[in-house]
Amino acid sequence: MNTPILRTEELKAYYVLDLHGTQKVVKAVDEVSLEIRENEVYGIAGESGCGKTTLLKTLVASIEPPLRLIGGKVYYRVTDLDGIDLTTISPSSSPGAEGDRWWTSGEVDVSSLSPETKRRLRWEYISYVPQGSMSVLNPVTKVKETYRDFIRSHASGKTRKEAFELAKEQITELGLPLKTLDAYPHQLSGGMRQRVTIALAALLNPRVIVCDEPTTALDVVVQRGVVQLLKDIQAKLNNTIVVVTHDMGVQANIADRVGIMYAGKIVEESTTERIYGNPAHPYTQYLINSLPRFGDKTTRESVPGSPPSLADLPGGCPFHPRCPYALDICGEQMPSFTRLEPNHRVACWLVGEGEDGKTA
Amino acid sequence: MEKLLRVDNLTKVFSLGSVLSRIRITAVDHVSFHINPGEIFALAGESGCGKTTAAKMILGFEKPTSGDIVHKGKRGEKSTNEKVWFTEGVQAIFQDPFGTFNPLRIVDRYFFETIHNYGLAGSREEAIALIEEKLHAVGLNYEEFSGRYPSEFSGGQLQRISIARALLTDPVLLIADEPVSMVDASLRMSIVNLFKKLRDESGVSVLYITHDLATAYYVSDRIAIMFRGHIVEMGPVEDVLMNPKHPYTTLLRESVPEADPTKRWSERISLTELEHEEYLRQGCKYAGRCPHATDICMSEVPKDVYVGNVFVKCHKYSGDATPSAVV
Repeated sequence: MNTPILRTEELKAYYVLDLHGTQKVVKAVDEVSLEIRENEVYGIAGESGCGKTTLLKTLVASIEPPLRLIGGKVYYRVTDLDGIDLTTISPSSSPGAEGDRWWTSGEVDVSSLSPETKRRLRWEYISYVPQGSMSVLNPVTKVKETYRDFIRSHASGKTRKEAFELAKEQITELGLPLKTLDAYPHQLSGGMRQRVTIALAALLNPRVIVCDEPTTALDVVVQRGVVQLLKDIQAKLNNTIVVVTHDMGVQANIADRVGIMYAGKIVEESTTERIYGNPAHPYTQYLINSLPRFGDKTTRESVPGSPPSLADLPGGCPFHPRCPYALDICGEQMPSFTRLEPNHRVACWLVGEGEDGKTA
Repeated sequence: MEKLLRVDNLTKVFSLGSVLSRIRITAVDHVSFHINPGEIFALAGESGCGKTTAAKMILGFEKPTSGDIVHKGKRGEKSTNEKVWFTEGVQAIFQDPFGTFNPLRIVDRYFFETIHNYGLAGSREEAIALIEEKLHAVGLNYEEFSGRYPSEFSGGQLQRISIARALLTDPVLLIADEPVSMVDASLRMSIVNLFKKLRDESGVSVLYITHDLATAYYVSDRIAIMFRGHIVEMGPVEDVLMNPKHPYTTLLRESVPEADPTKRWSERISLTELEHEEYLRQGCKYAGRCPHATDICMSEVPKDVYVGNVFVKCHKYSGDATPSAVV
């Protein structure tokens, strides 16, 4: 098993909204403990509004009001090998009695870092490809100018020519046509823009690339091209890719391990083979069994009911109002994780009482 | 059996660019198909293949450059009366359930408006009874529906409300343009199952326009695959998707990600051509990417042929099949 590169501990990130004096709290990420390892593709699946995007935002430390980090920690494992001078990484608060907390055994607590350090870690250590990223490219400059801006702000001291050389080299290596560099974004198709954005995110060889719905809104053939590109990048850089998508077909194709998210919590996590072959949580079972398959026309059922509002969650397990197997206890108490296998944990009362520490 | 809807040589040409450098793109190029009563017909293809333009022409939102749309033996596009007669029988469901409804209007008003426009009820009580009946058909009830704004519903619920509204006129054909692509994955099947139920219980036909071949396989009886304005393959869904003949259908079918980690893609694909380059291509539009392309594919548009009961537009089959004139 590879060492964890990104770790969260009981992460809680809520949107706190002030509406005419009454406070509304949207629990988008609620006590999530994750371990994402080196050299793997980790998939996060769940329906829209379950907190997937917010989880990613906290992972890349891009937390802006109304989103607030309420509790928990995000740790990055940074080593000298990543080409980042560790001596330049400094905590935001002055070192004192708690001064050694931000640095334990190669792990950095992200919330303690200064904004400048966070800015440097972004793209060089962790890259974020946001949802709808085909529209992030600057519409009034050519793609190569975007590349140059990007290189200049992170790898200073390169001339214009060197920057273009680097861009060309990377574009060729990833099998994208060279003419994209000389095109304006509107001249490229959505799938091509998506692939250029992903290529840009991989340019500085980051250890972690986080992609939010990279294949959504793309055609199947283009979708396949994006998955192929992500796999190529992962094989080339031997890094970690976190892919968030609701498309279980894409997850099956790319992920090594999958975490299923429901209403701000991870409810099941295992290797892709086990999640698809042996799903334990009723929600996961519905997600997988509802998918139509070629050569099989038997009736498929959707998950009953509708997803809950994160501002007004039901008590106990958030899935219990939709769950056909709900027990009395499900409405009262959130189950903690039960480990079915070393690699397979699930939070459901039907599966077990939960002996694996606290709920997540 | 009389065809419910017949589309004959439907063509739409769009002009791009200025007067001096004009390019003409044939978004829909001599497309012909028909829909029988009580069947779900899927029109599948990638974005930019012309499937939405075809739907818009059927619904009368775009004027065809040439070709005929015949509903129950009549061309319903001349006078206002004919339009009303046409839309009463043919109703539409759109892709984005959030965009379908005005966020500042309660959803009931759309229902009352439709009832008023078609004169479907004599009194408010009758109207409410009709709305209740249609909401029941899509699995909602009037109490949880009335007086609420679109933002109070989930995407899946809104899409069902949209279908219930379309059902008010007792249509014989629903035209559903990508009805599930904006709906949550966990709720998709409830919408698709609804189409099945409407077909089986009320004999409603559906033109299901989609890029999702997996749901198309699950729900439809016949399917047409469109590519750059042409129908390249059409026939019973079992034949077309389980045993694809056109190389493009094969590529599409293989590119659908299967929810099975043991069936990952192993072959690589290349994506380089730009969309309008393919539109402007002489000969077969797919020739630039086709692994079986020969010289004739580059220069000549393939003829329409039937292989068994499947329509194919590919030079591979032009030698050994019957010409389409027989059908």
